Amino acid sequence: MTASAVFILDMKGKVIISRNYRGDVPMNCVERFSGHVLEAEANDERPVWLEHGTTYIYIKYNNLYIMAVTQRNSNAAMILLFLYRLVEVFKDYFKELEEESIRDNFVITYELMDEMMDFGYPQVSEPKILRE
Amino acid sequence: MNDSLFIVCAGEIFELKAELNSDKKEKKKEAVKKVIASMTVGKDVSALFPDVVNCMQTDNLELKKLVYLYLMNYAKSQPDMAIMAVNTFVKDCEDPNPLIRALAVRTMGCIRVDKITEYLCEPLRKCLKDEDPYVRKTAAVCVAKLHDINAQLVEDQGFLDTLKDLISDSNPMVVANAVAALSEIAESHPNSNLLDLNPQTINKLLTALNECTEWGQIFILDCLANYTPRDDRESQSICERVTPRLSHANSAVVLSAVKVLMKFMEMLPKDLDYYGTLLKKLAPPLVTLLSAEPELQYVALRNINLIVQRRPEILKHEMKVFFVKYNDPIYVKLEKLDIMIRLASQANIAQVLAELKEYATEVDVDFVRKAVRAIGRCAIKVEQSAERCVSTLLDLIQTKVNYVVQEAIVVIKDIFRKYPNKYESVIATLCENLDSLDEPEARAAMIWIVGEYAERIDNADELLESFLEGFHDESTQVQLQLLTAIVKLFLKKPTETQELVQQVLSLATQDSDNPDLRDRGYIYWRLLSTDPVAAKEVVLAEKPLISEETDLIEPTLLEELICHIGTLASVYHKPPSAFVEGSRGVQHKRLPGSAGSGESVESPDAGSAAGVSEAPPAVIPSQGDLLGDLLNLDLTPPTTTGPPPPSSGMQMGAMDLLGGGLDSLMGAGFGAPPAAMPASFSAPVSGGLDDLFDLGGGVGMPMGAYSPPKTVWLPAMKAKGLEISGTFARRSGVIQMEMTLTNKAMSVMTDFAIQFNRNSFGLSPAGPLQVLTPLSPNQSIEVTLPLNTVGPVMKMEPLNNLQVTQCSFRLNVM
Repeated sequence: MTASAVFILDMKGKVIISRNYRGDVPMNCVERFSGHVLEAEANDERPVWLEHGTTYIYIKYNNLYIMAVTQRNSNAAMILLFLYRLVEVFKDYFKELEEESIRDNFVITYELMDEMMDFGYPQVSEPKILRE
Repeated sequence: MNDSLFIVCAGEIFELKAELNSDKKEKKKEAVKKVIASMTVGKDVSALFPDVVNCMQTDNLELKKLVYLYLMNYAKSQPDMAIMAVNTFVKDCEDPNPLIRALAVRTMGCIRVDKITEYLCEPLRKCLKDEDPYVRKTAAVCVAKLHDINAQLVEDQGFLDTLKDLISDSNPMVVANAVAALSEIAESHPNSNLLDLNPQTINKLLTALNECTEWGQIFILDCLANYTPRDDRESQSICERVTPRLSHANSAVVLSAVKVLMKFMEMLPKDLDYYGTLLKKLAPPLVTLLSAEPELQYVALRNINLIVQRRPEILKHEMKVFFVKYNDPIYVKLEKLDIMIRLASQANIAQVLAELKEYATEVDVDFVRKAVRAIGRCAIKVEQSAERCVSTLLDLIQTKVNYVVQEAIVVIKDIFRKYPNKYESVIATLCENLDSLDEPEARAAMIWIVGEYAERIDNADELLESFLEGFHDESTQVQLQLLTAIVKLFLKKPTETQELVQQVLSLATQDSDNPDLRDRGYIYWRLLSTDPVAAKEVVLAEKPLISEETDLIEPTLLEELICHIGTLASVYHKPPSAFVEGSRGVQHKRLPGSAGSGESVESPDAGSAAGVSEAPPAVIPSQGDLLGDLLNLDLTPPTTTGPPPPSSGMQMGAMDLLGGGLDSLMGAGFGAPPAAMPASFSAPVSGGLDDLFDLGGGVGMPMGAYSPPKTVWLPAMKAKGLEISGTFARRSGVIQMEMTLTNKAMSVMTDFAIQFNRNSFGLSPAGPLQVLTPLSPNQSIEVTLPLNTVGPVMKMEPLNNLQVTQCSFRLNVM
């Protein structure tokens, strides 16, 4: 059903901020992501792919990759949608979403990521409700 | 305040320590922020653990959250220190502020340190019954967390029951989280019926469904999908309450709703009005999914692919939606193309072809190739369009774009296989483009065409000879094809091509390393040298037409994937057991009321491209099925013939049911391949074709009462323990199949049945298979089955291929 961890990466694949929700996927899985996405041929690119038992699901926004990993048969549509919602919420709070926005606001970013997802299950994603 | 100012460097750890212990709240907060900032960029600040923990007792929510964050990160590496935090956690779980209570419970669940976990139980118990729904919902998820750390503890402490009670909670978010937690826990206890879904709980879930957030709706729908309704009325009533979800803006909600409906639809009678209504309701939401973001479109398309295979009627009028847009990412384009082909029919083929022709002129090479292939698949699928497809393909060949030409030729070859003798006029054009073919598949396709239509191509020998020059540099696929094509050519035009065939045979047999190639070469050699009449009948025999629909997912897998719509399984088109580690023992999901539950089934012929053109693929019982012993005997003596695919060669030692009949064909004189072929071929040896099938059922050759000894037709290993050996005999003018059935399994077998597929001689059982007593383990019985020759006839390739299916039911010893 769920995501194991969510990462926000820059265009080179370096982690800007991450949140490990379940602790079952090793955090170095990120390295595979960078290799795959940066070096892969354009035609092989897929938003959902599997490597060594770990599934990587990601979207791109401005100069960021927002990526989730899981090792189970999770709900792919739900995770993708969650990533989009995450972007929406960040945009609402920071006005702009790019690398700098995250670095300048990491405290609130952590808080948001904590509220929006618990143990890999999306919880609340409406900015209005989050602000309360 | 800009947080990036808090990034700190190593030497400042000492300073931070001091700041953390400062009296001033503001200073503490700043210090903790610095610590978190360093942690974020990957610095190791674990040394500050005790100092950070000291900041835990605060009223400031922001500060508390930061400390908790730090704890979650480092607790595992400092378990003894983490104990210091327990008191504060426990206290916070009773804080007047519900946000703090929830925070504490949530964080405690994330800290995977045993000692802390013990202390978690009491606070958790209280929070599960907390007055504030925000706390309750957090506690619900926390039970799942705890179960992940220590499943036994959760069971012992009775949390599962409390969690089940939460399904009746008044707050829908609590219900949703409880459902999610229970579903996850239930995954690791597949048979325990933890969720205990019954009509009352289902009702509660459906009520909560209308009030939850979008995520809660997904949890509930996914849980519903695991329920099997008791009858069609319940099924319909649930469907009615789920259909409103189809108009939700959230694509994941829509997909999960579709999953539930697809599954429950199975139980509705097909003539019910509601069934038709439901089918119609499913189309618009699926179409809307394609307006979502591209990644979601991708997931949606992978799922739609499954739905179209299972219930093509839902989307059959929606072709336009799947036309490719210029700015679609490549992964979306490819999926749309695939679905376009699946939906192609007489009604929309004109539009489709127009689109495909456009796509073939695009920039992206992979996409263009797929588009060209699609044109071919359409031609094969929709007969009335074949003419137009062929002319489109010819136009494309005229563009002289290299990869387009090659792809077109491969596809035209398939068109020839489906519509033999209809489009030979194009062969001339194809031959003009011979030089541009450098890919193996294209070369092999061209060679096949030349060989197959050799009699109509004047210079076929020249063409094939030109390929022969670089024989050893060619890929195996091409070499095999060339060998067969030249043999065909020889059989059609023997006088001019003797040298050519000798050349290719020696190239294949003497100079090649490839055993498949060598074996095939030898077979042809022997065939040609001992019995050219048989050779002609074998090599130039009429072939079955290729089947219409390729790339279909096997039915039981398709069913399982439908049960997993929206998940990764439906994106990968693989069952979860294939990619989730540690899930070997997981039960495979089934659609309710499906046929895949162990009944006697026709032999699943399909699967090979050169396949026999039987009707839709039969349902195959699943592996987990103790009933339904499905045996597929392939009684082919080892010969081979022309049609592609150039799969690996024949099984030389394969079950030779027909009492060594083939040996007589190979005859004397085989040893090392003769240095030179005899100028003319000797007369056929002993009996020719008749000998191949010893008692000539259908061929009409009266023979004596000879019956060859029984040979093992099916070893026990291949058939779950049922070993069959047998032979054919002729007794008083009646052909009999005499078999010995041996039970080498552990359980008793009963209820045997047998069925013959259509074969060249019209053989079929003249009576039912008489196996009256149940067969105990290690027991054998003799069975005789009289045969007649009035069954349905279909020329097999090779001629004496007989496929037999036998089923037996085993008592389920549990």
